[in-house]
Amino acid sequence: MKRVDILRIVLKVAVEIRGFIISNLGFPSRELYHIRDRDENFYMLGSMGLCGSIALGLAVSSPEKEVIAIEGDGSILMNLGSLATAANIRPPNLTILIIDNEAHSSTGFQPTFTAGVTDLAAIARGAGIEDVVTVRDEKELESRFFDAVKSDKLSLIVAKSDKSWEDVPIIDLDPLLMKKRFIKAIRADFEG
Amino acid sequence: MRRNKYKTTQSPFNWMNDKDMIDTLIVDAMLAGGIDFFCSLPCNMLAGIIRIIDGRDDLDHIPITREEEGVGIAAGAHLGGKNPAILMQNSGLGNSINALLSLTTLYRMPLLLLMSHRGGRYERIVAQMPMGDAIIPLLETLGIDYCSIFRRSDIASIRVFAKDAILKSEIKAVLLQKELWDEES
Repeated sequence: MKRVDILRIVLKVAVEIRGFIISNLGFPSRELYHIRDRDENFYMLGSMGLCGSIALGLAVSSPEKEVIAIEGDGSILMNLGSLATAANIRPPNLTILIIDNEAHSSTGFQPTFTAGVTDLAAIARGAGIEDVVTVRDEKELESRFFDAVKSDKLSLIVAKSDKSWEDVPIIDLDPLLMKKRFIKAIRADFEG
Repeated sequence: MRRNKYKTTQSPFNWMNDKDMIDTLIVDAMLAGGIDFFCSLPCNMLAGIIRIIDGRDDLDHIPITREEEGVGIAAGAHLGGKNPAILMQNSGLGNSINALLSLTTLYRMPLLLLMSHRGGRYERIVAQMPMGDAIIPLLETLGIDYCSIFRRSDIASIRVFAKDAILKSEIKAVLLQKELWDEES
């Protein structure tokens, strides 16, 4: 699977269920922004490793919302403790998707340890997350991802991806305005 | 409504001594300042405060594995409408600096850092000394406003700092000093 095709599927499901996305920095966020920008997308610009943590904080504080973290293999390896935290807090409205291309794609595809002997799904299970699945094609991703966001339990999907990237520009949104429209979307939903 | 609350071990003691009273005053000051979401990593000095917060079903409390993770969780809590604080040793600031700047400050988010200030003349753990000495110059370099709490009468500043963090959408730091719990009442 190309990463941009994984992101298209995630976005399609997110739009359908009004899911709130926390998106990892670098090319994943740029590609997501390029496919379709929406108020319910929060694009990280720095703080690599904290995507799942931001999503956890949002999921706990907004229990009525579906929250989706778009992680990468490089970023989750920077914050493996966050899997233990998520497993113990167990927010039922949180889905963590790890796009695993076995490389740091935003800096030139230097290999990560998932190209070696490391298995992120096994780590997630070992952390205590029960609903963990690895997917390798688009059809399986769409069905598993839809089930995961609809389910009433914490879920984690490892989507194995090609080393692909789209030549898309950097995100030209002001961070403060992007945050404000995200919060507005959360609140509007709450009041509506 | 809380779900799946993570429970830490509760103390068998339910009487209140002077130390408990100080811990209660600190929690009350944070709550009065508007804080309603807590992440924590333990410290001997923070144990009583964490126990009180964990015992309150109306407050969100997430124990964390590393301080930087707490900065991420706090950012998410803010997006969800909460006003977060992180309870940690001052050494944890060193584990959090990039996130505090490239997440909390970049997106202008409120955050109260309630830190035990280890090091200093009462410290028995030698490894606490370097960060204990560096913490104030670090906070100044990072442009993070801070206050030190030495006495019971200083605790009111915690409410002001919490309120300011929320009103100004910025990071405020509180350093709890060992002397606070040793003060004669």
